[in-house]
Amino acid sequence: MANKIRVATTSLAGCFGCHMSFLDIDERMLQLVEHVEFDRSPITDIEHCTNCDIGLIEGGVCNSENVHVLREFRKNCKILVAVGACAINGGLPAMRNFIPLEECLNEAYLDGIGVENPQIPSDPELPLLLDKVRPIHEVVKIDYFLPGCPPSADVFWKFLTDLIEGREPALPYDLVHYD
Amino acid sequence: MSKSITIDGNTVPFEEGQTIMEAATAAGVYIPHLCHHLEFAPHGSCKLCNVKVNGRVCSACTFPAMEGQEVLNNTQELTDDRQKITQMLFVEGNHFCPSCEKTGNCQLQAVAYHLNMLDDHYPLFFPTRKVDASHAEVMIDHNRCIFCTLCVRASQQKDGKDVFAISGRGLKKHLIVNAQSGLLKDTDIEATDQAAHICPTGAILIKHTAYQVPIGERIYDHKQIDQVSLEKEHDQHGK
Amino acid sequence: MTKFIQDLAETHRYQSTHLLDILRSIQTHYHYIPEAAIEQLAELLKTPRTQIISVVEFYSFFHLSPHGEYEILISDSITDHMLGKKSLIDYLSKKLNVAVGEVRQDGVVSLDNTSCTGMCDQGPAGLVNGHALTHLDHQRIDLITDLINQQKPLNEWPDNLFLVEDNIIKPGLLLNQSINQGSALQATFKRGLKETLSELEQSGLRGRGGAGFKTATKWKFCSEEPETLRYVVCNADEGEPGTFKDRVLLNTYAHQVFEGMTLCAAIIEAQQGFLYLRGEYLHLYEKLQGILEERRQAGLLGNNILKQGMNFDIEICLGAGAYICGEESALIESLEGKMGIPRNRPPYPVTQGYLDKPTVVNNVETFMAAASIAINGGAWFANIGTEKSKGTKILSICGDCARPGIYEYPFGTSIQTVLDDCGASDVLGVQIGGPSGTFIANHEFKRQLAFEDLATGGSFIVFDNSRNILEIVNNFIHFFAHESCGFCTPCRVGTSLLKKQLDKIIEGHGSAGDVVALEELCQLIKTQSHCGLGQTAANPVLTTLERYPELYQSQLKKISYEPGFDLDGALETARRLAKRNDAGAHLAQVEEES
Repeated sequence: MANKIRVATTSLAGCFGCHMSFLDIDERMLQLVEHVEFDRSPITDIEHCTNCDIGLIEGGVCNSENVHVLREFRKNCKILVAVGACAINGGLPAMRNFIPLEECLNEAYLDGIGVENPQIPSDPELPLLLDKVRPIHEVVKIDYFLPGCPPSADVFWKFLTDLIEGREPALPYDLVHYD
Repeated sequence: MSKSITIDGNTVPFEEGQTIMEAATAAGVYIPHLCHHLEFAPHGSCKLCNVKVNGRVCSACTFPAMEGQEVLNNTQELTDDRQKITQMLFVEGNHFCPSCEKTGNCQLQAVAYHLNMLDDHYPLFFPTRKVDASHAEVMIDHNRCIFCTLCVRASQQKDGKDVFAISGRGLKKHLIVNAQSGLLKDTDIEATDQAAHICPTGAILIKHTAYQVPIGERIYDHKQIDQVSLEKEHDQHGK
Repeated sequence: MTKFIQDLAETHRYQSTHLLDILRSIQTHYHYIPEAAIEQLAELLKTPRTQIISVVEFYSFFHLSPHGEYEILISDSITDHMLGKKSLIDYLSKKLNVAVGEVRQDGVVSLDNTSCTGMCDQGPAGLVNGHALTHLDHQRIDLITDLINQQKPLNEWPDNLFLVEDNIIKPGLLLNQSINQGSALQATFKRGLKETLSELEQSGLRGRGGAGFKTATKWKFCSEEPETLRYVVCNADEGEPGTFKDRVLLNTYAHQVFEGMTLCAAIIEAQQGFLYLRGEYLHLYEKLQGILEERRQAGLLGNNILKQGMNFDIEICLGAGAYICGEESALIESLEGKMGIPRNRPPYPVTQGYLDKPTVVNNVETFMAAASIAINGGAWFANIGTEKSKGTKILSICGDCARPGIYEYPFGTSIQTVLDDCGASDVLGVQIGGPSGTFIANHEFKRQLAFEDLATGGSFIVFDNSRNILEIVNNFIHFFAHESCGFCTPCRVGTSLLKKQLDKIIEGHGSAGDVVALEELCQLIKTQSHCGLGQTAANPVLTTLERYPELYQSQLKKISYEPGFDLDGALETARRLAKRNDAGAHLAQVEEES
């Protein structure tokens, strides 16, 4: 048990689609958990990751909370992996980058059709939005990138088994997709 | 005795007047490229086809093949540089493949796949660029333009029109269309024009045709661009 | 407007090759290029409007939107900065009540930066509606502000504002001996054309623009082309920051330069020549036209020159603010009325240049030297210099020295000698050949001016120990990013990435891998770019990184990574809109290392 590889996962500005795709490794999950145990991730109750070997990050950085979570992962994971299009280049959420943040917020909370009680949320509990959505490699150092929207289950499988078996992870042509 | 050069140590014959790219393609050797197209005068701007000729970097699409050339093409050094040049094209524009209908059929993406590009490496520019959907059948998404000028050349050389041009300097380069309004609908482009079909990325698209082939079954989903490119270009180049 | 454009097109015989000239007139008249003018020109010149728009958007001196009736540009060369440019432009901006890069609301004045205007020995410098302003200081700015606010026409402004000095401090072989009008041509015809070419060959003269191709060889190649319609082009697009010697040569030795061009025309049998004069030297235009006219009157240009049956004339074409046009094939494109984008080579200009005809392109100084050699013979020139670099080199010296100006030295002269002559002390280093050249440190001053050691087109910028190398490099890198023509990917994107990466390091946001990343990017731009601009754009970093690696390293934080953008600043808009300023509304740039 002590020798198991600790893996933490999270989704920042993402849709959890990459996580769903990860689960698509299906019955191979049973093989995987012989070598891997999960730290912070949607399938555990752990709130903060500690001493992990691998951190898998889905989604880009769109707000201050994303920055904090990303830094926690960087600090606590030996290997940090950008998983999926949004983590790698901001992805769909980054398409808001072409509209000034002020316009976005005004449309959503002040001027948009059907807005009642217009006000921009200001509760200190809420994370503030960054002016632009950023890929995670622009905020912390990233060790590996798994492209795809989402990366297929086989990508996760290939990458993790490479690492478990001590190989330098590599993706063959069929596993490299940006869509 | 026909003339020859060597590419990565292999002898490749050439005919007088051929470029290195033409000789290579005829011999079944793929040199990555985006702005080059066999039907048009070479442009030499994307620089993906840069090869080393007797130690000097030259663009294979424009540089003439000459007796005695020792060309290096498929080396780790060149592959690394080509990957970085491709990454530059990605960060310069806004290339969100999951939301682009050209995905799977896109040459920019296919070259990136071929070079095993897994990330953008550089900081992204996120430039603000427009979409021109004014025309009934053809649209331009400027976010995806890489300034290869293939549409410019196709419109001039094949369609006998002058629909497109590249304007501006440096990073401010942008595609413009030949209409006083600046809109595609006021140009004389038609959906049957070659210029409307030649874009290597998803910058110029024919409307109402998206997603007829599902993702996963598209040109580059299972076949690499080297194979596709050689199949398509081999015969013409080898003439 | 219709009539103005119509007349203009007619004056230029509806030639699309004259597009730059035409656009310049329109810009001067309307302070921008109106859309209606583009439409009309497209008809008149039978040129697609897209081609006209692309030219307008390529050159810095043309605009699609209205600029001020007085358009003021301040030179952004490092030498202007060293003379206090930053505080001057701030002062000017305040006095004129217009932000840099903007047009004042009343439309009277606009203010912006521009690349080096070639007045480095008499800066801070600028341009008003294209005319050179020198020695700018608070007093002059006050005066200019008054003149503008009174809307005084430029021709009523005091002359001394526009005074441009030659500052020839140390003349040598060429500058000491001004030739009599026509004497080089007479000598040439007397000796014979072939014989003169062989004198030129013996002289060992190499191109003075910096690349150093043998002049006689170039002329010979061109003359051997089967195509008989050939052209001579003089490259006076002296854009390399820190260079201004061609300005002086054209101001004081223009006859000799034109004579060199005519001599070349005789040898390659050309009938038409062009002087491509950078737009920043507009102040020389009328004078040079006068000299050409004088030469026509004297039978040294036009039909039947010196009654030898030779026909040749020279046209002056003004550039419009694009450093890249100093590259010979980009210059030719520009002469043809197009964007200045370097061509693919081969073919070279000697076989397919202007309008695809064989063309010799040489630097101002090269033509001038050729004229002297035609009179004095090859040996006279070849006796001076080094084995591989014959003759003398004219330098434009500026920066931290007591006597900036024009100096002429035999090749092989040491840098130390030059520094002693120009009164430089406490020297940190010298930028030889401008930003695209080499930065040399103060332990290298025994090195020599020569193609085989330190080649230069003439730029020689001295920095004393009060200067910050990274600031210098930063100025140069921003210059290249601004001037990249954008044709090829590595230079178009690479120079802007380089700017970002260098800014990150200089602003103190660099971490462990950032210098390595910087160097990697430099190498890529250098090896993969299309033309000389891209291939040398990373030199400011590469040549200083080689000499001062610790300087770059010391900028880095001892952490593994830091974002290249301002994280807390990225929250500013959200903070303002949510009216928050609590601790949770801020982000540290780097997480405290625990």
